[in-house]
Amino acid sequence: MSQSYNRGLIEDFGRWKEFSAGMWAWIFHKFTGWMLIGYLFTHIAVLSSALTGPEAYTNTIQGLESLFIVRVLEVGLLAVAVFHILNGLRLLMVDLGVGLDAQDKSFYASLVLTAIITIASVPTFMDGVTL
Amino acid sequence: MAERYSSFAPGGTAWLLQRITAAFLVIVLAFHFFLLHFVNHAADVTFAGTQARMENVGYFLTMVLFLIAGTFHGVNGVYNALVNQGLKGTQKKVVLAVLVIASVALIAQGIYVAIAMAGW
Repeated sequence: MSQSYNRGLIEDFGRWKEFSAGMWAWIFHKFTGWMLIGYLFTHIAVLSSALTGPEAYTNTIQGLESLFIVRVLEVGLLAVAVFHILNGLRLLMVDLGVGLDAQDKSFYASLVLTAIITIASVPTFMDGVTL
Repeated sequence: MAERYSSFAPGGTAWLLQRITAAFLVIVLAFHFFLLHFVNHAADVTFAGTQARMENVGYFLTMVLFLIAGTFHGVNGVYNALVNQGLKGTQKKVVLAVLVIASVALIAQGIYVAIAMAGW
């Protein structure tokens, strides 16, 4: 039988100083999720230039990719996506009841892996662009 | 028994779909990033290159499914986040209606664009 446990209002972000690893994982997952769905709408809007014609599409994409700021934002998007994927796998494990005792460690592992993958991808993402 | 910390009411259809789409998105989102940033550099993307990919029916269907799964997962996530935040009553119904309309519009626009990319 489950016991009741008063965890307070978890949506009260003013309590951030009391947060444990699992709470930070939850907040980061929510934050990265908002960014990814926001990006999806933007992404489809940009790709819609294909409706104007092949040249409009190619010029739009290559014009955006020639901007340093766009490349920086893409690295940010990668970091957000990688974290959401890795922490998402962690959440699927939690839902399946696998490795619950290590849920804090797997959150730290998600952060470290995200950092490594993001940093390792910077040269590829910044290739051929100048300030 | 362990406490439940999930944001979703377990056992419901939306709860299950959120997890099924998650498993699918983990694979396809990683594939999408890898294909369009490492195999093909994003800066080198042209309409001809996009069309060559989209003409492949398997790729086209994967991308359409990716769009539908991503939209559902993202919008359902936003909706549940707002419900957790205390959204209820009329506001909840209005937000749900707006999110459903936005989702349908995004999927319709995305499929329309994908068809144009494929040149069909």
